[in-house]
Amino acid sequence: MPYFFGCSYLDLIGYVLLFPIAGSVINGLLGKKLSKPVVGIIGCTAIGLAFILSFFVFIDLLHLAPEHRVFEKDYFTWIGSGSFESIAGLQVDPLSVVMIMMVSGVGFIIHVYSVGYMQDDDGFYRYFTYLNLFTFSMLLLVLANNFLLMFIGWEGVGLCSYLLIGYWFEKKSASSAGMKAFIVNRVGDFGFILGIMLIFVTFNTIDFTEVFQAAPEHLQMGGFVVTMITLLLFVGAIGKSAQIPLYTWLPDAMEGPTPVSALIHAATMVTAGVYMVVRCNVLYTLAPFSLTVVAVIGGVTALFAATIGLAQNDIKRVLAYSTVSQIGFMFLACGVGAYIAGIFHLVTHSFFKALLFLGAGSVIHGLGGEQDMRKMGGLKKYMPTTYKTFLIGTLAIAGIPPFAGFFSKDEVLLEAFTKGSLLIWGLGAFAALLTAFYMFRLLFMTFCGKSNMSKHAEAHVHESPMIILIPLLVLAFLSIGGGFIGFPTASAINSFLAPVIGGGHHGTVDGGSLHHVSAGMMFSMMGISTGIAIAGIFIAYLMYIKNPDLPAKIAKKFKLIYTIVYNKYYVDEIYDATIVNPTVKTSFILWRIVDVRIIDGFVNAIARIVELKGEVLKLFQTGYVRNYALSILLGGVIIIVCSLILL
Amino acid sequence: MNLPILTIATFLPLFGAIWLLFVNGEKQEKIKRIALVIAIGDFIISLPLFFKFKLNTSEFQFVENIPWIKEFGISYHIGIDGISLFLFLLTSFLSLICILASWNITDRIKEYMIAMLILQTGMLGVFISLDLFLFYVFWELMLIPMYLIIGVWGGPRRIYATIKFFLFTMAGSVLMLVGIIVIFFMNHKATGEYTFDLLKIYNLDIPMGAQFWLFLAFFFAFAIKVPMFPFHTWLPDAHVEAPTAGSVILAAVLLKMGTYGFVRFSLPLFPYASHQFVPLIAWLAIAGIIYGALVAMVQEDLKKLVAYSSVSHLGFVMLGIFVFNIQGMEGSILQMINHGLSTGALFLIVGMLYERSHTRLIADYGGLAKKMPIFAVFFMVMTLSSIGLPGLNGFVGEFLVLVGVFKSNVVYAVLATTGVILSACYMLWMFQRVMFNKITNPVNRKLKDLNMREWALLLPITILVFWIGIYPKPLLSRMDVSVNHLLTQVDDKYKISLRKINLENDEIAARAERAARAVAAEAEAAARAAEVEAAARAAEAEAAARAAEAEAAERAAEEANSADPMMEED
Repeated sequence: MPYFFGCSYLDLIGYVLLFPIAGSVINGLLGKKLSKPVVGIIGCTAIGLAFILSFFVFIDLLHLAPEHRVFEKDYFTWIGSGSFESIAGLQVDPLSVVMIMMVSGVGFIIHVYSVGYMQDDDGFYRYFTYLNLFTFSMLLLVLANNFLLMFIGWEGVGLCSYLLIGYWFEKKSASSAGMKAFIVNRVGDFGFILGIMLIFVTFNTIDFTEVFQAAPEHLQMGGFVVTMITLLLFVGAIGKSAQIPLYTWLPDAMEGPTPVSALIHAATMVTAGVYMVVRCNVLYTLAPFSLTVVAVIGGVTALFAATIGLAQNDIKRVLAYSTVSQIGFMFLACGVGAYIAGIFHLVTHSFFKALLFLGAGSVIHGLGGEQDMRKMGGLKKYMPTTYKTFLIGTLAIAGIPPFAGFFSKDEVLLEAFTKGSLLIWGLGAFAALLTAFYMFRLLFMTFCGKSNMSKHAEAHVHESPMIILIPLLVLAFLSIGGGFIGFPTASAINSFLAPVIGGGHHGTVDGGSLHHVSAGMMFSMMGISTGIAIAGIFIAYLMYIKNPDLPAKIAKKFKLIYTIVYNKYYVDEIYDATIVNPTVKTSFILWRIVDVRIIDGFVNAIARIVELKGEVLKLFQTGYVRNYALSILLGGVIIIVCSLILL
Repeated sequence: MNLPILTIATFLPLFGAIWLLFVNGEKQEKIKRIALVIAIGDFIISLPLFFKFKLNTSEFQFVENIPWIKEFGISYHIGIDGISLFLFLLTSFLSLICILASWNITDRIKEYMIAMLILQTGMLGVFISLDLFLFYVFWELMLIPMYLIIGVWGGPRRIYATIKFFLFTMAGSVLMLVGIIVIFFMNHKATGEYTFDLLKIYNLDIPMGAQFWLFLAFFFAFAIKVPMFPFHTWLPDAHVEAPTAGSVILAAVLLKMGTYGFVRFSLPLFPYASHQFVPLIAWLAIAGIIYGALVAMVQEDLKKLVAYSSVSHLGFVMLGIFVFNIQGMEGSILQMINHGLSTGALFLIVGMLYERSHTRLIADYGGLAKKMPIFAVFFMVMTLSSIGLPGLNGFVGEFLVLVGVFKSNVVYAVLATTGVILSACYMLWMFQRVMFNKITNPVNRKLKDLNMREWALLLPITILVFWIGIYPKPLLSRMDVSVNHLLTQVDDKYKISLRKINLENDEIAARAERAARAVAAEAEAAARAAEVEAAARAAEAEAAARAAEAEAAERAAEEANSADPMMEED
């Protein structure tokens, strides 16, 4: 085991958190006085160091035998009250290591990109303060060794998301989107908090290790308690990971700067729900009903969001719906018990979706802020590097071999087929078809065909600077090669993560590896997946390259359906009409009627009665002290006598 | 020899007030400085209470006990435990902040500072009194300067607000006074001793029927002060009209006297009634949480919004107190402190805005973050603290309360947890409308960011907000023993009451059983008698003399007779 000044890297795990928070604090307190390059360097260095350390921690972990790959470090008691205790402690195991490497790695790339992207922004230091704080919170979320500490990270990332969505707070749409994100997430957290409390009441602890160890003996398979726990936790995941019915905040979140969308609303934060489900896989495995719920919500969301993605024209919104859909895939995997496939897809998705968002950012940057794809087109000759990397990302998400997305998506579908049902698989497969279609629609509309740019935009369009392109290239490389950590199946990521599944101690639960699937089955599924992807691409080609007039014709023919999909099924409007507005109206009634009229009306009425009585009582105001003294005496005696008799 | 820290810390402000009496009212600067020095001194003097507080004893600490009016058993008995410690410190800390926050008051500054200092003594006294009479004296003493501060230095509708505040609080106080006197006599009846000493009265076993009425008498005094729904309507008016410092004190300290009263008096004195009243209080608390939040959401005035948010937050505190477990209680006490800090700070913040733009209407603001970035940071932190963001103080208290509630009643917990969503709604919406978007009101273009004095007001509170959020152990560990002691005390007394009821029930059951047995015997006798009759008739019909049968009938009749005495017995 390599050592660093006499301690193993595992012992230094706290520094993975310390670097980002230090960067955030320094930039937050002093950033205003520092120059932009210095702020950028501080911000990037903090995350870079965290990544390097995460990598060494990973190496350290590899040196341990697979069954011993759990390292816990407690720092202090955070909350202790009676039997309730939440320790500020970190847990390093294969799952958290994969996550911290992904978060700090992708985070670092996006930080570097941001230095270029946000160059001209006045709030540069504020941006990096938030971004570092976000990385800190996300790392805390995945490293925490108990539910409540995880919840700090969980809400912390939500806070940073709120701050960064509303980063351009002078725009009303941005500040409203931030608020919406926070509040919708809170709805999810409502369930999450109740889940934590139910865990505490059930196990008398909220420590991961203790809970997962006790669960199989303590809880009945499919019992009410474990089902409630897992469902409540999943409500939190639905909020954070933007699944039906709480996904509406994510498309609005695109109001934030594009690198933020890449980091928070694609690669890391929104996948926290998937991480949480996998972390609690012991509990979920004990609750088949909850697993079904997870799978169905995931599958339906995957398909539903993909259909909305078909008709959107804002480049970032398409990617946003695509993110919702892809996270649906991850939940689908978890729901059929293929936790590792879920994490695998989470990791590859973080590569290619970050790439796609950053590529979109490069386009938006090059066009001076334009996001409408109808005003793009033919960009590949102006932005060749962006185009090439974007193409790689698109191929990856569409699921063309050997790009990263192919392996993970294929594995999800394979697991859905073998462990789930044909219906679940069908949801996923259809969503995959749509994904390939709308992603290539996006690619064609943006980069191919003839230019629809305004004169002004066309004159100024330019390829982005190196500081933006290099991150794209790195991510493109990861989107090509990233899939091989999970291929062939039952190797690399599978065997690395296996101990985390089923608590690692009981070993009875299949670790999500695929040794039960025959090679023939595997390859035929791969063939089907690839076929689906190619079909999607081909349709997109027909509609957007071969016959560019076709989409408008189709839209005209199926006007009703098109309008509904184009307007995102009016879900926001429905929520406004059924939840938001009635609540506000009720509140007004409570205030104006109950508070002012009823309660205060009552009080004022009493006051008036007292006033009237006062008129009567004036008669007793004789002005003679002896009379007053007599009444005081009488009153005292009456009170005392009464009380003595009564009691 | 130990210094009587509590006495010094409590009466130093009063001493300062007397000192100010002799200062020329024209010398405003001097008056403010004297008041500030007194407040700083007071805070420093009270700090050893925290550091020298012994963690391992449930006894009251820093106790002073001097007979005052011997004839009535009234004594100057003061002391603190892990429950009052933090309220005491909070009071002395926020009083200091408030004096600094009142720097811009020019109207009758001398009288104002005198009122503030007397108010401080009154509030501190409430939290340390271990004598019911002394407690009542401080309780009333504190109200007078509060009335004056709202009524003299308040806004345009100050007279209405003051009278409303006065009527509400007096209505409660009078009932409590009656309650105290009744307890005094009951204690005399039981022990033969005339005393107001709380620790002695704790041993008094109040009959259950009396507990019910006494609990109600105290309940109104405390519930109005908390304020619990539906006794809360004095609060928004009082807040809106009060000057900034008045609002801060009102929210941060005055409201806590209600919740503190429940913990210190209602629970240990009337444990049986407290348990009986749980459903009522829990539902009122939950109603307060949700109602307060909803009404806060639609307020147009910043101060009213914060005032209604207090109704919601104090609902959590009440709920935590009345679940009778350690998490709920500790969470509640912590939440009293947290609410004091974050709501106090929010009122300061609203005051800072008001001093700049002379409006409290949310609609008059918007886009301030651009002009006042540092102010925005403090405001955001306090908003998040109020929302209960993990890592800040509000979360620790709120979560502990919820855990406590969950342990005792899941339905209450689920309903209370909705407050988590609602608080985010009203606070963030308010924040957006005040701080974000474009500046629409031209007045706001000229706003200046915080000055040094305002930094000095907000920074210490912010530090505490983070400290309690990240490392609340120094607070929780100091509460632990006292809370445990309180809960066992309540629990033991409650169990005794229950046992008594059981005994009574046993007696009732025994009586019922006897009655049942009698009825059964009667029935049996009747059956036998019928049998006899039937036998006799049969005998008649079959024309005489089946000797054996007649004998049997006779025996049956005999048995029926033997049952008779049992019937008479009852």
